[in-house]
Amino acid sequence: MPKWGLSMSEGILVDWLVDEGTEISVGDEIMEVETDKIASAVEAADAGLLRRRVGEAGEVYPVRALLGVLAPASVGDAEIDAFIEAYEVPEGEDEGEAEAQYEFADTVAGRLRYARRGGDGPAVVLIHGFGGDLDNWLFNIDALAQQARVYAFDLPGHGQSTKSLEEASIAGLAGALGAFLDAVDVGSAHLVGHSMGAAVAASFAGDSPGRVDSLSLISAAGLGEEINADYIDGFVSAQSRRELKPVLLHLFADSSLVNRSLVDDLLKYKRIDGVQEALQQLAANLFPGGVQQTVLAEKIAALGKPTLVVWGAEDQVIPAAHAHNLPGATVEIIDGAGHMVQMEQASRVNELLLGNILG
Amino acid sequence: MARKLSMKDAINEALDQEMSRDPTVIVMGEDIVGGSGSPGENDAWGGVLGVTKGLYAKHGDRLMDTPLSESAYIGAAIGASTCGLRPVAELMFLDFMGVCFDQIFNQAAKFRYMFGGKAETPVTIRAMVGAGFRAAAQHSQMLTPIFTHIPGLKVVCASNAYDAKGLLIQSIRDNDPVIFCEHKNLYGHETDVPEESYTIPFAEANIVREGGDATIVGYGLIVHRAQEAADTLAKEGIDCEIVDLRTLSPIDIDSVVESVENTGRLVCVDEANPRCSIAADITATVSQQAFGALKAAPQLVTAPHTPVPFSPALEDIYIPSAASIADAVRKTMAP
Amino acid sequence: MNDVFPLGKEDLLKAYRTMKTIREFEERLHVDFGRGDIPGFVHLYAGEEAAATGIMMHLNDKDRIASTHRGHGHCIAKGVDINAMMGEIYGKSTGACHGKGGSMHIADLSKGMMGANGILGAGSPLACGAALAAQKLGHGGIGMSFTGDGASNQGTFLESLNLAAIWNLPMVFVVENNGYAESTSVDYATAVDSYVDRAAGFGVPGVTVDGTDFFAVHEAAGEVIRRAREGGGPSLLECKMIRFFGHFEGDAQTYRAEGETEDNRSNRDCLKQFRARVTEAGVIDAGALDAIDGEVMAAIDNAVEQAIAAPLPGAADLTTDVYVSY
Repeated sequence: MPKWGLSMSEGILVDWLVDEGTEISVGDEIMEVETDKIASAVEAADAGLLRRRVGEAGEVYPVRALLGVLAPASVGDAEIDAFIEAYEVPEGEDEGEAEAQYEFADTVAGRLRYARRGGDGPAVVLIHGFGGDLDNWLFNIDALAQQARVYAFDLPGHGQSTKSLEEASIAGLAGALGAFLDAVDVGSAHLVGHSMGAAVAASFAGDSPGRVDSLSLISAAGLGEEINADYIDGFVSAQSRRELKPVLLHLFADSSLVNRSLVDDLLKYKRIDGVQEALQQLAANLFPGGVQQTVLAEKIAALGKPTLVVWGAEDQVIPAAHAHNLPGATVEIIDGAGHMVQMEQASRVNELLLGNILG
Repeated sequence: MARKLSMKDAINEALDQEMSRDPTVIVMGEDIVGGSGSPGENDAWGGVLGVTKGLYAKHGDRLMDTPLSESAYIGAAIGASTCGLRPVAELMFLDFMGVCFDQIFNQAAKFRYMFGGKAETPVTIRAMVGAGFRAAAQHSQMLTPIFTHIPGLKVVCASNAYDAKGLLIQSIRDNDPVIFCEHKNLYGHETDVPEESYTIPFAEANIVREGGDATIVGYGLIVHRAQEAADTLAKEGIDCEIVDLRTLSPIDIDSVVESVENTGRLVCVDEANPRCSIAADITATVSQQAFGALKAAPQLVTAPHTPVPFSPALEDIYIPSAASIADAVRKTMAP
Repeated sequence: MNDVFPLGKEDLLKAYRTMKTIREFEERLHVDFGRGDIPGFVHLYAGEEAAATGIMMHLNDKDRIASTHRGHGHCIAKGVDINAMMGEIYGKSTGACHGKGGSMHIADLSKGMMGANGILGAGSPLACGAALAAQKLGHGGIGMSFTGDGASNQGTFLESLNLAAIWNLPMVFVVENNGYAESTSVDYATAVDSYVDRAAGFGVPGVTVDGTDFFAVHEAAGEVIRRAREGGGPSLLECKMIRFFGHFEGDAQTYRAEGETEDNRSNRDCLKQFRARVTEAGVIDAGALDAIDGEVMAAIDNAVEQAIAAPLPGAADLTTDVYVSY
């Protein structure tokens, strides 16, 4: 059972997608797993012959429970039985490290929540978008942490960070990014931004190029003028599940991902004191009437940083065409994904990110 | 930050945060500080079950112990709310409504209407409700229907700590008189509760469990019994949807109707006595609005038409049980 | 005889105008109600004008009063517009409460009039709340409740005395003792001879005055109100007075002795007494008072005309203003 994000403790093995006796390659979709937050296919991290399907469809398993065994044909069944018998779900958090799930940093931009994963390796900072939080990276943070020291934080006005915005602008949020880097003692980092977070990353890079090692811009704001006003206005004004759910359908190519838990969590966030004001201010300043006010394409290009642009082909919030507005960038537009491409096509996105980070 | 908080502590936090935010919020009730005038400890009790403990140290004389005169101090809270304060008055047990009900239902509830829209009565009255505490007949009732019946009052009853904090903050900020019911048996129940202040709108039921076979409607402690029943039924292949009403007036009847239009089966559960209960009220309204969708007669599972008994053996069968709820669902599934 | 008046000429004229307005308002209602023009019930304050007027002259809009079912006098003395009052009594949409409350629930919060009340004794806790708010907000206002000799037996009244005492609230409890609670004599219904004795039992100081003597009321009220404002806590002011009419209009008043009402009208009319005193002392001449009489009559006539001509509330008004938001 995989661990997606920081708060997952168990999941349902919905169904197997491959039979016993199948030769599996890395990246093959092998099972469907569902948590109360999300449902997704699990891609094989290893290759091999699927000898035993240990997990049963419809059952709940804790994270890191044994669900299947890959072994060469030469290994006997008795040995596999013994392995399954002896397997114990590892206790506690990540390998050895008694890390808190989330931490808080007191910065000049206020109190910011963040998560840190991974040990050695280049510093990477993940920056979410408008109305999002660090859990938007739940399918990415662990994969990246295999080879990097990854930080994901909540922007002011979002998640569990301070809800007061000193300056409701891209520049203001870039300032918060800088404050965060200072607070966690990171001199320079590879920046990965999604949607509004991408514009924040780019703006910061423009002002403090010495602190930015590379830019990965996913479904980015800041590369063109168009943005879906219905989505932004709908998101800001929705007061109930009935009003919010249809708005959230804009975010994904696969509408089944907009489940009750997603809607509820966003509603709970929107109801926290200060959030409504913060979102309204940001929307009014950043995208009034569906027109982005801050377009940074030329500025970014001039920086000469290794730059990756990733988009979902079916993005209903910011047109995928914007991906081509950045000369000199590596561009990939992925099919079968909408605005939240980092969730819908996580494997491919992780691959691309690591490519840009590790060079 | 969200951390696990008990419903009792969530209520305390809501009061604390609202008092910090708004200087016109005052809190009064019997023993809500405890020890007033006594030689020993001040803040001796912090409420009979400790719900308001610690607030006095932070907010001083904005917390006021009251004498045993409900009609006087509940009335004073109501009167003060029309004069620029935003009082939160505790009626220790909702069962005590008898000694102050006029102030609530004839005064607070009716000012706005009688005075042609010119009065605002932003008072919140917190009270304990519910059975299971072995507190017997006069300290265990679920009198929500009586207050729900009165135009001009709002009635809230949360089933968990997250809802309790958000709904209490909403109640205090609301400009109408609100009866905020706290189920005494849920004070210890813990859920994730954000540290920050937040609100939950009234008239928004929470679908705490999704399912396509039958709709179970309840509030307060009953929601937990319904979950137990639903777990049992799930093993029999019956998937229940559970609607936690959260607020009884105003009530989110639309969510119940929507659910019944999907499942076709309705089971209304209520810890109140059966005549004129919330269960009866919802059954009638949903039957009227969604009659065509019903595949079976609606079922009501309520306490019996008796006072609350003392003996644990009797009290335990007084409150609708998970088993009785499951039986009611099975009845709706019978061909 | 040297009559020293604690009020100047302007205030005296104002006092007379207020009392005369109350008197003629009530007398007019008596007539119109008798003709069947007015829906529901009215409880008339005629005969008691000196009490409301003498007390209310010390109050401003920040001071809040909770009245009784017999609230017209309190309303007028507190400054509520008589056109709005008459409109309300006629159930018209131009009424003080848009026709939603009627005679027994006239209120004007902007003037500190927290409402006439159909539940006797209910106003005392509410007025304590007003006093509590004044205390917490520090704006110098007071709370005042009016109860009759009957309602002063209600538990709410007694509890309020204790509450006001322990919290040292800036409260005045006015007991309007007109001898009858509906048809029941105070001699029967109340154990103590004086409500001041009762207040003493609750730790609240009090004073009894002749409620038909404007000057006595004015002086005593001034003292207890000052005490409240200066942080001296609650007081009880018992005004012994006379109501000219029945408990409600339509009350045959057979509980009264024969000739009692005629005797009251002749010998205990606070307006007659006021007029006599100020004219005999040469402070105000009769002509000035007559002029006020004329103006008041005209104002009342006008109020009734306007009320009759005003529209009734529409069907849509039935369901408005139950809540601020729902």
